Amino acid sequence: MSEDLQFTFALVLNGVSIGLMYSLIALGFVLVYKATDAINFAQGEFVMLSGLIVAVVLTVAGAPLIVAVVVVLAAMIGFSFGLERVVLRPLLGRPVVAVIMATIGLAAILRGLGPVVFGSETRAVSLPIGDEPIVLGPASLPPIQVVGAVAAVLLFIAFHWFFKKSRMGVAMRAVADNQQVAQAMGINVERYFALAWAMAGIVSAMGGIVWGSMLGVDVHLALVGLKVFPVVILGGLDSIGGALVGGLIIGVVESLAAGYLDPYVGGGTKDFAPYVLMILVLMVRPYGIFGKRKIERV
Amino acid sequence: MLTINNIEVVYDRVILVLKGVSIDVREGAVTTLLGANGAGKTTTLKAISGVLHSERGEVTKGAIQLGDRRIDGMRAHDVTRLGLVQVFEGRRVFEQLTTEENLVAGGHVQAASSAVRQGIELVYNYFPRLKERRHQQSGYLSGGEQQMLAIGRALMSRPKVVLLDEPSLGLAPMLVEEIFGIVSRLVREEKLSVLLVEQNATMALAVADHGYVMENGRIVLEGPADKLRDNADIKEFYLGLNEGGARKSYRDTKHYKRRKRWLS
Repeated sequence: MSEDLQFTFALVLNGVSIGLMYSLIALGFVLVYKATDAINFAQGEFVMLSGLIVAVVLTVAGAPLIVAVVVVLAAMIGFSFGLERVVLRPLLGRPVVAVIMATIGLAAILRGLGPVVFGSETRAVSLPIGDEPIVLGPASLPPIQVVGAVAAVLLFIAFHWFFKKSRMGVAMRAVADNQQVAQAMGINVERYFALAWAMAGIVSAMGGIVWGSMLGVDVHLALVGLKVFPVVILGGLDSIGGALVGGLIIGVVESLAAGYLDPYVGGGTKDFAPYVLMILVLMVRPYGIFGKRKIERV
Repeated sequence: MLTINNIEVVYDRVILVLKGVSIDVREGAVTTLLGANGAGKTTTLKAISGVLHSERGEVTKGAIQLGDRRIDGMRAHDVTRLGLVQVFEGRRVFEQLTTEENLVAGGHVQAASSAVRQGIELVYNYFPRLKERRHQQSGYLSGGEQQMLAIGRALMSRPKVVLLDEPSLGLAPMLVEEIFGIVSRLVREEKLSVLLVEQNATMALAVADHGYVMENGRIVLEGPADKLRDNADIKEFYLGLNEGGARKSYRDTKHYKRRKRWLS
């Protein structure tokens, strides 16, 4: 393999693993949008909150990792259940903008309260996986990226099974398709809304662990949430497979841009390349690669 | 089986849509509710099934009883659990789901998965065409197949009472006949009680045992289906026949436009 090709391979591999970690966060967004039609602008803050909880349980309380994982899962499920109940349920049937404003407000509150409650210093989340890069052919990856990518893939498989094979998953898709009819079929729609938020909580908890471990935990962790938008718009707001593919594409584009363009322009291309792609996709396929198209009968 | 006793329905707390409607749906029989657009037929069905809540409507007076349970004010998903299900006007299948997934969603109230599987077999037995399309996305089914799916999906909850809202809407006459044939079979074999809302009065009165005519939020005429078929006003305004029983020509109606109002 020539040196050029090796460089490209390394960039793509890095992009794939980072991309899978993006899609992990995007998954939380898609789950909520799919089931409840709510656009959650606080997805990044969910991840930040999870990261803060894990870091505090690990470093301040000195608990083992497994305890921290259980605590953050329970906390995030509880948090999103409560959020659905207290903030979002009263907004049911209101214009979409009301929900959007509520989640934007929530994001600001979480960013403000996080440091107040958990302290503002940057904390480390150390997973027992060492620092030795994992060598894959001509390239190598930091172990945390491998762990993050594997966690993302496992969650995607689990959710895919849930939505295709389980009766609850099918009912949830029915709710997403038509709430009134779902209700008439005996489906308790509000319970499924709560379930969707709880699942977003679980995904955010996983995101908080892997992203927190990679970047360190403080308020800035919420910024990874910004990458959710190019990912879901590329993949389709309501498509779980789309979140996966969208994440992969964004990750690879970002990595290639950083590798090939940065030397010429002095850096920073990886921060805007995803958005350029997002705008291009919006022009060609406004519903994303896998987003549901409204079926028109003629 | 299902008794609607003098109900009033108000939308948004101000708009009075139903003004004292009483209907009796007998066990194992088809009862039909006829009327022009905007008469309040669909609102009546929604009031019974409980989906009115999600449209900011409310039953403010009267009572709805299923067997000996009062169901007015109950929420739609609880009503379905008690064995009453509505098939919506315009089919409204879950377009993004496959045929079979629609049926699985329809069987949501069944606790056991085996009951869902049995339900699916029962539906395929009555609608063999759905079995051929089982893995196809339901949004791409034909209109007739979607109507069959909507009825089949409702059957999945093993209801005692089915509210059918305009199953003939937008379908070819042959398909309408096929679907009504299957509905009659379901009533006979599965002991269903059906409340059928229709614009196609000929068809509705042919399968129904008893009928009601609704206008402007009130019941204006009621009787056994064969009596209604012979009623002169029904003949003229719903069946399009004149006194002698012959089909009316458009030339006759062109010159003067008369509309019958039972109330005014």
